[in-house]
Amino acid sequence: MLEALLSLLILAGAIFTFIGSLGLARLPDFFTRLHAPTKATTLGVGCLLVASAIHFSTQGEGLSLHEVLVTLFLFITAPVSGHLLGKTGLHLQLPRLGRQDDEDHG
Amino acid sequence: MSPIWRLLPHPWLTPVLTLVWLLLNNSLAPGHILLGLLLGWLIPLLTWRLWPDTVHFHRPLTLLRFVGRVLWDILAANLNVAQLILGKPERLRPAFFAVPLDLKSELAIGLLANTVSLTPGTLSVELSRDRHTLFVHGLDVPDPDAARAEIKRRYEAPLKEVLEP
Repeated sequence: MLEALLSLLILAGAIFTFIGSLGLARLPDFFTRLHAPTKATTLGVGCLLVASAIHFSTQGEGLSLHEVLVTLFLFITAPVSGHLLGKTGLHLQLPRLGRQDDEDHG
Repeated sequence: MSPIWRLLPHPWLTPVLTLVWLLLNNSLAPGHILLGLLLGWLIPLLTWRLWPDTVHFHRPLTLLRFVGRVLWDILAANLNVAQLILGKPERLRPAFFAVPLDLKSELAIGLLANTVSLTPGTLSVELSRDRHTLFVHGLDVPDPDAARAEIKRRYEAPLKEVLEP
């Protein structure tokens, strides 16, 4: 039962991580590609971490909550790297798709 | 600042750092609790120059509700973005839009920018130099005005309530 749950979580994690990487290939321009690794992957890694926490907590060595920290660091760092990449993209004036109502900024 | 607060410049940071230390070590041994408290006290003391303003959290309930909402939105964002990636990329309507900010403090703006990046199909890419406008890129935005209003209402308003009443 527990094993089935863990397998399901790991499988879901792998699928979401894969979709995140797939986004890099499928999405049309630099800025839309940024969305794939900052979002879809969060849930993927999240699923894997929940699986890890459950697995090691049920090994009889007490609660394992390292994983909470990994999640926290991920939530802090993913947006920052996304922000920096986006900023760089703007300054290099990479080609972009879609509407853009605000051209002039700092 | 009274002398006692000079010794404890960020009362919130101490328990948080202690908790992080305990999680890092995955242990609740008394030795680790002591060491964690020591680090939680020393680190804010040594780095207070980096963040001279003491942070006050007003309305803890609003803060909790905000955190819960963001976590839920992250889940929704992931499913939503996964769906968009697997769908037809030609149908996406990406757009840049500017969000005028009511927030003033660095911490609040930073939190808002991070939240925007973590939640549905939006990514904060630039803050104007005067810190009054946040530029956001949306993956699939049929209506930038609605998206802007959504960010202001859903994320900025509670942050303002908690950090800058």
